[in-house]
Amino acid sequence: MATKASRSAARIMMAPAVILLLGWMLVPLIMTLWFSFRVYLPLRGGDQGWAGFDNYTRFVTSSAFWPSVQTTLIIVLGVLAITVIFGILIALLLDQPIWGQGVVRILVIAPFFVMPTVSALVWKNMFMDPVNGLFSHLWRFFGAEPVSWLSDASMPSIIMIVSWQWLPFATLILLTAVQSLDSEQLEAAEMDGAPWIKRFWFIVLPHLSRAITIVILIQTIFLLAIFAEIFVTTGGAFGTRTLSYLIFQRVLESQNVGLGSAGGVYAIILANIIAIFLMRIVGKNLD
Amino acid sequence: MARSVTPRRKLLNTTVAWAIGLLIFFPILWTILTSFKTEGDAIAAPPIFVGFEWTLENYRTVLERSDYGRFLWNSIIIAGLSTVLGCMIAIPAAWSMAFVPSKRTKDILLWMLSTKMLPAVGVLYPIYLIFIELGLLDSRAGLVVVLMLINLPIIVWMLYTYFKEIPGEILEAARMDGATLRQELLYVLTPMAIPGIASTLLLNFILAWNEAFWTLNLTAVNAAPLTAFIASYSSPEGLFFAKLSAASTMAIAPILILGWFSQKQLVRGLTFGAVK
Repeated sequence: MATKASRSAARIMMAPAVILLLGWMLVPLIMTLWFSFRVYLPLRGGDQGWAGFDNYTRFVTSSAFWPSVQTTLIIVLGVLAITVIFGILIALLLDQPIWGQGVVRILVIAPFFVMPTVSALVWKNMFMDPVNGLFSHLWRFFGAEPVSWLSDASMPSIIMIVSWQWLPFATLILLTAVQSLDSEQLEAAEMDGAPWIKRFWFIVLPHLSRAITIVILIQTIFLLAIFAEIFVTTGGAFGTRTLSYLIFQRVLESQNVGLGSAGGVYAIILANIIAIFLMRIVGKNLD
Repeated sequence: MARSVTPRRKLLNTTVAWAIGLLIFFPILWTILTSFKTEGDAIAAPPIFVGFEWTLENYRTVLERSDYGRFLWNSIIIAGLSTVLGCMIAIPAAWSMAFVPSKRTKDILLWMLSTKMLPAVGVLYPIYLIFIELGLLDSRAGLVVVLMLINLPIIVWMLYTYFKEIPGEILEAARMDGATLRQELLYVLTPMAIPGIASTLLLNFILAWNEAFWTLNLTAVNAAPLTAFIASYSSPEGLFFAKLSAASTMAIAPILILGWFSQKQLVRGLTFGAVK
């Protein structure tokens, strides 16, 4: 259907979006790469020449590096485990005939629309505050000593907050996938006497595998970059400094741009490795 | 795969589902309830659920703080303009990819998606520097551009998947009847695409409203939206549960309501059409 004229028109119409995104990607990326090879301390003498690979080696050999990688992994894996497992369970439940399904759906999805700074602050103060938080009341009610959640159990607390935010996303996508499952197959298996665990393992789970993969990949990309939740709650203290937060601190707080940029390059590489897998799946779907 | 079940089973499922739904929703409910309490009731031990003296005092206090209106206005302007601007750039691009596909269309779409995966923290300083150079730091214009750019891939993708569903024959027929490209876009495509464009606007408005990396790092006073306003409550001296709740409720209420209308589009928009 495409004529020559409409082809060139199409190219022109695509141009603004392509050029803008190309600029948005390339300009900062090249600058980050450039800075990562410089000794660049804006508040202490500015750009002081080439650093070679110094920034790269210093970033990975600093005492903060490995703990931050560990923190990042624990948060990402923890949140993924919670959101995927509970997401599947809730999706299966919501797929059953229940009264007021629409309302329950809305209740479950709601946290996704709460802005990260609000959810972090509400959890931090109204639930996890060691004196007046709801958890401390609950603990006292059962005769236990209230916990200073964000300092003594900082990682579980952060994982809990972030999981609460992302559970709706996982549930919604898994629910969409569950609803496309052919019920005849399940009924046949049920009539053949397959117990529910077998039906789940051999029919439901394989059907969901694609959706689960997508949930994992997309969430990983977003979870690697969580910022507001840590910024507002612990500010990176109590062992909650993730890789992104470490880079943020190097760049903006200690104003060591060279070092921070080298960290940024690591983060970009890491995100790209995950992105490649996601692209493959999305790409296949385009054909 | 919904199937018929016995009423008893349905009752059990309903009970469990409602319990889980309410548990997940509880933090939001609790915030809304607390926003109507006095500061004393808000920290009362044991906590009071509904039997407190309802007051609008917190809302009045938060609204009277001269700055609240400006934060709200900034949020509306930044989220609104960045979304509209993004759509204006994305509609022609998505149109050409959906109706005049070439061999490279798929690669361009995937590449656009890949720009979305660039970790913000990796390019924070360059953007910061560019903003200083151009005098954009703490300006609404700067944030509009950045949020437009980070959401542009999602906007293009969503529009592309909606446009794909419009049969190309209709456009072809219009062209046969002598419609120019402009007429074709304006009078044939746009009316059919309005539901898709509306959903795209809605979801991206929500995403822009809630964005909390660039809005926190590139603003100080003048251009700071609600995300930054709420973050200012994280300092200990701002620790008033009831006022925090009132401010939070006002920051999330409009988006919660919009969000409920966009739940279907959410899946399409955030999985790039990979889950249907």
